Amino acid sequence: MEMRAVFASELDRMMESDERIVVIDSDLSKANGTLFLRNKYPERAFDVGVAEQNMASVAAGLASYGFIPFITSFCPFATRRICDQIAISIAYAKQNVKIVGTDPGISAELNGGTHMSMEDIGVVRSIPSMVIFEPVDAVQLKKSMPKIVEYDGPVYLRLFRKAQPQIFNDDYEFDLFKADVIQEGKDVTIAASGIMLGESLRAGEILRQKGINAEIINVHTIKPIDSDTILKSVAKTGCIVTAENHNIIGGLRSAIAEVICEKCQVPLRSVGVEDIFGEVGTLEELKIRFGLTAENIAAKALEAVEAKK
Amino acid sequence: MVMDKASFEEKSKEIRRLTIECIGNLGVGHIGGCLSIVDVLTVLYYSQMNVDPANPKMEGRDRLIISKGHAGPALYATLASKGFFPKDELYTLNRLGTNLPSHCDMNKTPGVDMTTGALGQGFSCAVGIAIGSKIKKDGAYIYTIIGDGESQEGQIWEAAMLAAHKKLDNLIAFTDYNKLQIDGPIDEVNSLSDLPAKWESFGWHVQRIDGHDHFAIYEAIEKAKKTEGKPSMIILDTIKGKGVSFIEAVGAGNHNMPITKEQLEAALQELR
Repeated sequence: MEMRAVFASELDRMMESDERIVVIDSDLSKANGTLFLRNKYPERAFDVGVAEQNMASVAAGLASYGFIPFITSFCPFATRRICDQIAISIAYAKQNVKIVGTDPGISAELNGGTHMSMEDIGVVRSIPSMVIFEPVDAVQLKKSMPKIVEYDGPVYLRLFRKAQPQIFNDDYEFDLFKADVIQEGKDVTIAASGIMLGESLRAGEILRQKGINAEIINVHTIKPIDSDTILKSVAKTGCIVTAENHNIIGGLRSAIAEVICEKCQVPLRSVGVEDIFGEVGTLEELKIRFGLTAENIAAKALEAVEAKK
Repeated sequence: MVMDKASFEEKSKEIRRLTIECIGNLGVGHIGGCLSIVDVLTVLYYSQMNVDPANPKMEGRDRLIISKGHAGPALYATLASKGFFPKDELYTLNRLGTNLPSHCDMNKTPGVDMTTGALGQGFSCAVGIAIGSKIKKDGAYIYTIIGDGESQEGQIWEAAMLAAHKKLDNLIAFTDYNKLQIDGPIDEVNSLSDLPAKWESFGWHVQRIDGHDHFAIYEAIEKAKKTEGKPSMIILDTIKGKGVSFIEAVGAGNHNMPITKEQLEAALQELR
């Protein structure tokens, strides 16, 4: 099932019983799967047109009136385009707005550089009180939605729209603020978010063949980062590789570097977009173009292990 | 309930005095754009808005969003005069730890309905609140005041378009059209051209009145309330710094100006 379908059907399910939930689109309801909600909830699901700044502040107004608005767009327009509205109307004013950006990083594919958010996590992460969550599969997304509603404060949901390989089973216990140790290991920690978790699992296989036992952690919430899980892991493995579909500046690598530099200094290597803009291509082509591959993660892991000596 | 002319004028004088004292105690502040909106604040809080100083978060109350958030001190003076908090608190303006920051903060000040100051955003928030009130069908009126300089923000027009599209006839907006902004006269910086025509073309019910005439403001609000299917814009022709001659004379420079103890006394004297 596509992630956007899970997202929209969960909204639908929750809107039935929770009249506080409002969904506001900015001319991307077809892309984001939320269009049908308007038929069922004509007052609480609506479009503001191509006007993301207005959308963010309108949502803040609704939140001040007791509603829980979800606003949707593509990642770059849901973050860097409306950075000030997120900072002031939403975060500074303490308004409970959920910001949903789809097509993170290179997953904007054929829309290319203008639509590729390589900096969205960095932009949002530096705004006080923001929670940043990036689910890896449909199960995690589904389990996260009630938790996001329950959490009283602004959340940025960085959402891959299309189908994702299943990582979690239905009995998975989700905690919005707790990273998932997907695979235990002792030689190197691989901390991955979003589409890079799948690549990291493949990297784990490559490393296993070379006799390296990797611990793989899904950091679904990049802010606040689960420093306990990270520190516990690096205390055991002695080195870490970060893997993210984002600029290596400002995102997961930065968040983890901040944790380990202060608390447990170990070799850090990183896989991510190396401070360049995006370009058009298919997801698989772009993964290779930007080095967001299992092979690259494995190579960096070997470097990190070597650096321990 | 409408008040008589003398009562309106006396109340506005009191609010102007409190505003000047609030800013003058500190010695600097956004005096011009505060004094220009005192008359509309007087009419709103003393003859129109359904609010309760004892219960500032009352459900279904009318709301006011000062989108030109730098006019906070004028709102604080009005709220203090209404009894939302003690008048003494006005002397804490912009002191570290105060509940009265230069720009409006709903999380700090009783009676403030929205955090504003990043221009353009408060107006969108007001549109969101008006949509919320429509969903809840609580019958509230949502008032908002935008600046004329603020009207150069693109977000104002994004919100204007949506408010008309959503037929928000519970939204009554004012433009404080004092024709001055920080860098000089609006017409020299970036003219708003035919402002009433702009709002009309966006699908709003538009009135243009003397922003210092209490009865005209009261009547315009009454007309706005009777307008169905459209949001209302009431353009207030105002004078930046209204009520204190030496402040008016400063012109664009009174946006944010220092005020000495002697000037404060002179201003209070003029406002007796």
